[in-house]
Amino acid sequence: MTPQLILFIVLAALSVVGALSLILQKHPIHSALSLIVVMVALAGLYLLMGAEFVAAVQIIVYGGAIMVLFVFVIMLLNAGAEEYTNFSKLAGFAGVPLGIALTGFIAAAIARSAGTAQVSGSAAVLAPTRTISEMIFKDFVYPFELTSFLILVAIMGAIVLAAHKEE
Amino acid sequence: MVPVNYYVILSAVLFGLGVIAFVVKRNIISIFMSIELMLNAVNLAFVAFSQGMGKLDGQVFVLFVIVVAAAEAAVGLGIIILIARNRQSLNVERVDLLKL
Repeated sequence: MTPQLILFIVLAALSVVGALSLILQKHPIHSALSLIVVMVALAGLYLLMGAEFVAAVQIIVYGGAIMVLFVFVIMLLNAGAEEYTNFSKLAGFAGVPLGIALTGFIAAAIARSAGTAQVSGSAAVLAPTRTISEMIFKDFVYPFELTSFLILVAIMGAIVLAAHKEE
Repeated sequence: MVPVNYYVILSAVLFGLGVIAFVVKRNIISIFMSIELMLNAVNLAFVAFSQGMGKLDGQVFVLFVIVVAAAEAAVGLGIIILIARNRQSLNVERVDLLKL
């Protein structure tokens, strides 16, 4: 048991517990807080792998911006606890075994195909942020510019949707 | 040192939990959050493979996935606000205008 493995187990357990809590909580605000736990645990896993730039972006954009947006909307709409009908219980009966089966299939395929994968978290890649920035602005410059266009379209879409036209 | 397999299996488990949440949840905001959970699981797989293969392309893709998720959250939450305003409910079973 290396320290990295212990840290991985702790963070993985934290993220899985957060995801389970997202499912089990009835109130959307509790689900949102569980999702924040998952995201922070994933940022810790990225740090463990040596991907500190992705970890920082995860905390800032996901844990900061996106989840604040979610919590803001939940508060704005004053969302109460979920209501379950007979039909939604039926969806649970069919969906939970199918979801578990999907997870099992994916995990089995990975375990069979990538049995001899290398270990991660090497200290060899010491300063990848500089390399990542060079890749973004050299190799991936056209997709990068395209994402700025996507964000512009998203802003316009949000404004058009939110503009309430009184008849 | 942690094998890449562990990370990818954790990613599969988180993705499966996201799928289950997507099917089971009835609140439209919770369904939206389960989509975010699935995107996070995919990001974890991207970073794990990128570290395992010693290439940084995966981390750049994660950045793009995060940008798409942010755009999706902005537009999706606008749609949710409109639905809540028009239907006075966040339950997806009340949003059945296209159902026969």
